Amino acid sequence: MFSQFDFEVIRSALPFLWEGMQFSLGLTLLAMAGGIVLGTLLALMRLSPFAILSWPAGAYVNLVRSIPLILVIFWFYFLIPIAIKHLTGNPYASGIGPFYSALIAFTMFEAAYYCEIIRAGIQSVPRGQVQAAYALGLSYRQATTLVILPQAFRNMIPVLLTTSIILFQDTSLVYVVGLTDFMGAASKIARRDGRLVELYLFAALVYFILCFTASYFVRRLQERITPPR
Amino acid sequence: MDFGFLFEPAFSGGGTYLDWVISGIQWTLYLSVLGWIIAFVLGSILGVLRTVPLAILRVPATIYVEVFRNIPLLVQMFIWYFVVPEIVPKAAGDWLKTQMPMPEFWNAVFCLGTYTASRVAEQVRAGIQSIPRGQVHAGLAIGLTLPQTYRHVLLPMSYRIIIPPLTTEFLTIFKNSSVALTIGVLELTAQARQISEYTFQTFEIFTIATVVYALITLTVTFTMRWIEGRARVPGYIGTTGK
Repeated sequence: MFSQFDFEVIRSALPFLWEGMQFSLGLTLLAMAGGIVLGTLLALMRLSPFAILSWPAGAYVNLVRSIPLILVIFWFYFLIPIAIKHLTGNPYASGIGPFYSALIAFTMFEAAYYCEIIRAGIQSVPRGQVQAAYALGLSYRQATTLVILPQAFRNMIPVLLTTSIILFQDTSLVYVVGLTDFMGAASKIARRDGRLVELYLFAALVYFILCFTASYFVRRLQERITPPR
Repeated sequence: MDFGFLFEPAFSGGGTYLDWVISGIQWTLYLSVLGWIIAFVLGSILGVLRTVPLAILRVPATIYVEVFRNIPLLVQMFIWYFVVPEIVPKAAGDWLKTQMPMPEFWNAVFCLGTYTASRVAEQVRAGIQSIPRGQVHAGLAIGLTLPQTYRHVLLPMSYRIIIPPLTTEFLTIFKNSSVALTIGVLELTAQARQISEYTFQTFEIFTIATVVYALITLTVTFTMRWIEGRARVPGYIGTTGK
């Protein structure tokens, strides 16, 4: 069964796999940062009393959350070049490269999911805090950035991190547009050398160790920072 | 936008492009529903096992959940399709490779089902654990065995409580069914891409796929919200609406 398992294939593939892993990690961290910033804006829009802000944000979030990530990736791979030609006015404008296309797709997709978490986090801040901030004479911007968001984020950190672990797993889906993330690298070597068993099991093991360790630390963090009630 | 291309004869297969879209929707639904049956049954068993006071049952269930939750679905899809036939005993492997009907489809169903089972298990466990411990004690005190306590006391309560998260998990498997395109199942997303390659009406066909996904999601959400309202446990805080 495992008698023909060839560790040499994996060892010689390690440098290429490491390049793929850097792509995966870079994409995850940047999409996470962009997604949280954009998600916060979307959440503030959704909670706004003005329908002109809350309605488009709600429509965007609900639409993105109801379609598969792969379709979102296809959408952005199709739309980004068109948008660039439109913006630059140059019909021969070159794209922005596969990494940035993937980054935009993942940021826009994750923003919708982060938005719902952040909205719940903001709503978990007691109403009295907002009233106290206004009573002290803070403006909306001051109350939001100095009083509400710091408390909201403290409650949300574990959920945001858990979502980011899923985001890391989801980055493997850039495979569908042929990019070389960790899974893409494993898949390319697997096909070139005809060593599907070794490479795919190794990829599964690496993902498992990384995600399992990360979720363990998130659980520990959650126990530590749960605010006293 | 011009949707006329839908009624033109497709590049191959005899029908029109509209037939391709409909066939894609059907495969997406088959994948989601069959995968969900596996996920629900297996996930319920695992979720119950994770709460029983016997480590010999609890530990394997915990290992299952951690393994299937921490490996990306795409990797699991490839393992079912490319790796499993190579590492099972030779006769079984040969059957999987040559005799199995619709190997892409059934591999995708098992993959989606076993992956989602780990997530369903967590919801079932959370549901059981949300019931006050006094109910177990009361069940045991009136002479029920532990399996009877689960059957008549804990499970009827927890399933009613976890309808909303289970709905989310069903919608997740529905959206995740698009990952099956990586091993060659022509479900809705795959058909949308294929049609865009043949007709160059990318904007139109992606819009159609998006609308179909959104409509099915909406239908499921509203149906489940109705069921949830009917099944709500009196005395518990309603989660319907928001």
